[in-house]
Amino acid sequence: MADIPDDMLNGGNVEGPYRPDAFEGPAMRGKKDIPDGLWMRCSGCENMLYRKQVAENMEVCPKCQHHFRVGGRQRVDQLADPESFAEMFTDIVPADPLAFEWLGQTYEQRITKEQEKTGNSEAVLTGTAYIKGRRIAMGIMDGDFLMGSMGSVLGERLTLLIEHATEGALPLVIVCMSGGARMHEGALSLMQMGKTSAALARLDDAGGLYISILADPTTGGTTASFAMLADIILAEPGALIGFAGQRVISNTIRAELPNGFQRAEFLLEHGFIDHIVPRPDLRSEIARVIDLCGR
Amino acid sequence: MATDNANLPLLPFEKKLIHVQRQIAELEADQETSDRDFSATIQKLREEEVAILTETYDNLTAWETVQVARHPARPLGMDYVDRIVKNFFELHGDRRFADDLAMRCGLGQVGTEKVVLIVQHKGHDTKDKIACNFGCAHPEGYRKALRAMKLAEKFSLPVVALIDTQGAYPGIGSEERGVAEAIARNLLEMSRLKTPIVCIVIGEGGSGGALGIGVGDCVAMLQFAYYSVISPEGCASILWKTGEKAPEAAEALKLTSGHLKEFGVIDDIITEPLGGAHRRPADAATQVERYITRTVRQLKRQPIDKLLADRYQRWRKLGKVLHLDASPDQ
Ligand SMILES: [Zn+2]
Repeated sequence: MADIPDDMLNGGNVEGPYRPDAFEGPAMRGKKDIPDGLWMRCSGCENMLYRKQVAENMEVCPKCQHHFRVGGRQRVDQLADPESFAEMFTDIVPADPLAFEWLGQTYEQRITKEQEKTGNSEAVLTGTAYIKGRRIAMGIMDGDFLMGSMGSVLGERLTLLIEHATEGALPLVIVCMSGGARMHEGALSLMQMGKTSAALARLDDAGGLYISILADPTTGGTTASFAMLADIILAEPGALIGFAGQRVISNTIRAELPNGFQRAEFLLEHGFIDHIVPRPDLRSEIARVIDLCGR
Repeated sequence: MATDNANLPLLPFEKKLIHVQRQIAELEADQETSDRDFSATIQKLREEEVAILTETYDNLTAWETVQVARHPARPLGMDYVDRIVKNFFELHGDRRFADDLAMRCGLGQVGTEKVVLIVQHKGHDTKDKIACNFGCAHPEGYRKALRAMKLAEKFSLPVVALIDTQGAYPGIGSEERGVAEAIARNLLEMSRLKTPIVCIVIGEGGSGGALGIGVGDCVAMLQFAYYSVISPEGCASILWKTGEKAPEAAEALKLTSGHLKEFGVIDDIITEPLGGAHRRPADAATQVERYITRTVRQLKRQPIDKLLADRYQRWRKLGKVLHLDASPDQ
């Protein structure tokens, strides 16, 4: 899905200051900043980088520390102890409850395309894993799969994971990366916000530890549910984190947005996250929190 | 009479009414000065008007339903409060930042039931609309709602939420003060609030801004309200590449009360008066009042543990997925 077009911001006969794409958040950027080949240009510092060196640095620019986006499987490899991720709930796959169609495409076709592209059946990977020897329940959102959007499968898998963490007294770690709720499943996508939040309430009642990690971008319904409900919230440097899309906001207030608006640093300043943690340090910081919470 | 509301603006799909309504008006005017009795003719025309309205409203498209939900004369949150809440004692402010007039909270009595009300209000005239940001609440609105819910829990009062918003307000302050966190917190706390919660979408159920006061034991919709993950215009702009295709998007999103009841997103549909709540606001209010008192009474009979277990299951089962056989899917 391409970037959200400008015309949508004035579309329709919407009364009042609200603009309609608020819950979609900003669309994922294309892959253009990571071309194939030996070399790549950093979208942060414009330097030409040796691709292999970036990969070895967990997809972080060695020159300016710009954090490139990483897919779900790669994130698992970066975060979990080698070979420790035991994936669960893979038997739960997308349905097409609305029989959703647009411009001659069907949701079913789109899902197949995303599955072929990513090799995953949905936009989240769930299971158990170890981080520096500590056993956790782990959820990893995959921004490559339909913009990491939240539909029924994502909500169901995460809810099962939360319940698993509650029953097994496992620390829960979720890496968020999402354009928000998925349109193609209508209100059923929206309801996943309520469902995951209800499961998190039970985890909280049971004294379970929940750490969320907000990667670029975390927006819309994802932010307004499980992303913001963790005991400890970490974010990657520069990650875009917010509820409404930036163009929606600038169109509503009819002004330019301040520099750094909705970035991880902005959220830290306003008191909504605990720490900004560079990607290479995530493992040790998660382990430290688990130990300090006595979990 | 098909309407309590004189000079009601007609929606595009209601134009068939113009002719018959004009005839009725003319005959009524003539009747004032004439010795002839037009009452039989007027009666016949009124029957015709009812037939047209019935035909139209029995066959509304999704997009037409959205237009009814947004009708300028549709009763708003505080109209229902004025009509059905006795002894309304408004609660102001979230005790943290400000008082958000898009989210009205208060103590009061509906029928014989004492409740806490949480009401999204869009505003009537321009001044009113600006004061309550066209019904788009800021974080402080959601936090005020949570404060009211905690009061309800403390005093064992059921919560009644009336939902009507295009969405939470998209602005700088809204993000600075964490609107996402405020909504998320409400979802979590509502799921475990130890008192009954009844939610009714009375107009627009605009995405997370609506859901932020929408987690309850029973969720109902007025017949011609809509509830959606995204506005039809927003969806059309993204998928159809133009907001002009909002009617197609509205259809595809299955955002009407009938569809949402099938999906289990809502539990009940509150029937509206013929031709929509805006034609007979008093009757619509009576329907809403009956629904509230009946549902609150049912929920109050439940032991709190069962209530919370049922609420969890109600939300737990939402969504539609496929289960593959035991074999892994990749
Ligand atoms: Zn760089």
